[in-house]
Amino acid sequence: MSRHTGQFLEMLGAAPKKPAEISSEAQQIMAFKYRNNARFIKENLQAQAATPDPGHKWRNWRWATLAAVNLFFVLSFWLDIQLLEGALTASRFAGFHLIDLNSALQVMLAHKHIVMNLVIGTITVFLLWAVLGGRSFCSWVCPYHLLSELAEKIHLALARRGYVTDHTFHRGTRTVFWALFALLAFATGYTVFETLSPTGILSRALIYGPGLALGWVFLLLVFEVLWSRRAWCRYICPIGLTYGVVGAISPLRVSFRLEQCLHEGDCRKVCLVPHVLDVTIKGRAAETDTALGPDCTRCGLCVDICKSKALRYDFKGIS
Amino acid sequence: MNAPPGKPGKPRPPASSEKARRARRTFIRSAGLTAAVLGISLTGYLPIAGGRISRLRPPGALDEADFLASCIKCGQCVQVCPVSAIRLGDIGDGFGIGTPYIDARAQACDFSCDVAQCILACPTGALTYQKPSFLPVRAGAALPSPPALKAETQIPGSALNLKERVGLARLVRPEACLAVQGKGFSGQARGPAFKGKMRYIDVDRWKPIPVREHPYERTLCDLCVTECPIADAIAMEPFAGEDGAPRFRPAVREQCVGCGVCEMVCPAEPAAIAVEAHAMWKEA
Repeated sequence: MSRHTGQFLEMLGAAPKKPAEISSEAQQIMAFKYRNNARFIKENLQAQAATPDPGHKWRNWRWATLAAVNLFFVLSFWLDIQLLEGALTASRFAGFHLIDLNSALQVMLAHKHIVMNLVIGTITVFLLWAVLGGRSFCSWVCPYHLLSELAEKIHLALARRGYVTDHTFHRGTRTVFWALFALLAFATGYTVFETLSPTGILSRALIYGPGLALGWVFLLLVFEVLWSRRAWCRYICPIGLTYGVVGAISPLRVSFRLEQCLHEGDCRKVCLVPHVLDVTIKGRAAETDTALGPDCTRCGLCVDICKSKALRYDFKGIS
Repeated sequence: MNAPPGKPGKPRPPASSEKARRARRTFIRSAGLTAAVLGISLTGYLPIAGGRISRLRPPGALDEADFLASCIKCGQCVQVCPVSAIRLGDIGDGFGIGTPYIDARAQACDFSCDVAQCILACPTGALTYQKPSFLPVRAGAALPSPPALKAETQIPGSALNLKERVGLARLVRPEACLAVQGKGFSGQARGPAFKGKMRYIDVDRWKPIPVREHPYERTLCDLCVTECPIADAIAMEPFAGEDGAPRFRPAVREQCVGCGVCEMVCPAEPAAIAVEAHAMWKEA
């Protein structure tokens, strides 16, 4: 089984596996690290101290982008400049159709009839995110992701004080939801998922004004704060899985360089989908350079927190 | 691997069974989450079951079930409407969340965009001029001829390509109708606080203005007939009143598309004439 297949199955819910075979280069690096453990760490710590703290560079860029995209929708309507019409489920940029892949799928399955504009918009968005990294939609555009990140901070603060604990679910639950919502759309003829989708609800609330549906989004956030960290994005949202599939072929990803890794594990603590960073555990990297799996949202939190620069953005074929 | 030390006095279960127990718990919890979220999502059926919520859709809307299936809930129709007639359903609409509807009494579709911009904006064909061939036209939904806008009747071939109605106007409270009572009307049709807009050809061909800025003076109230944007959709019809006196009342014709302007301008409170969403034409 190739690494790509393995990463894809991990996205669907499979537990990350230890590599069956480790390349000789990777073995050499690990051997070096073990042999010169003290010196290796000391040198690296010195190097780290010399480099400026990256802080929250990528997070700040990402939040700015997320705000800008959603604000663009809002202002385009409010100021009536008609540059970006619609909401995140479907829109038109300068007249050109853009249609969210999961929304398009639900409508196609429910309606069982596809008009040309829907095809054009779907293909455009597919190509866009195939280039830009699939699930980067989640962390760089989806308004619920931002709220969920803030809820996560509250959850973690409460968890540190012992008020709450994170109840995890099986990651495969999201795959089950994806299949069930697709099946429901086909069988009932209603776009059942859209009733609950916080992405659609929030996008419409921003553009067309708030409604009672925000109450549902609030309940979701409360659930995430009190019961289960990032539950919607991790275990439920079919939009994320749909874009994850697109991201499987994307050249834009976060890649891991074994040589620079101190195996501290800080990256896995901040990650929405820590299983993609399983490769950063000692002995799990089969190659000296590994691109993270398609479930990675390219959010950059790990890139920000990794002082030894073992994790970085990478565009296949360019860098 | 060091397993965490068990409490003293209690035999610690072997690591493998502890692992299995945890996996079983996660599985049960995940199944619970699946059932809960699915259950909540399916409650979206309750508001629309049996037509409990019957919304007037924008022009060109497919039949309700097909409309709900095909609408992608993006609101592009909302953005292009010059009189802001289109609103979006909230969570109380269940599966109809985010779908466009028109509250005709508050703001009807007066076709002041001339071409049904909402239909042109719709990316999925939920609002469409050309219904896909596999979808049947229900009896009573078909319009006898393409509806001509009164604003454009002087332009040949300018009739809208609409083939079906989205609703049908009906004199629901004839006793409240000023015309039926033999009364006239003067003043602002809906009072000074009404925010609704309409396009008046004699004021500005292109720009809709608030209805309150356009007071009326009628010896016999016929606002629903004169303000109807569609040619031959409604007319005053003579009849004998209860006291035997000759009277007039608005009579809706088969050409009615269900835009709701008559309901919006009706000075009676509540309106004497109203559009019934999804209603079909029946020969009297």
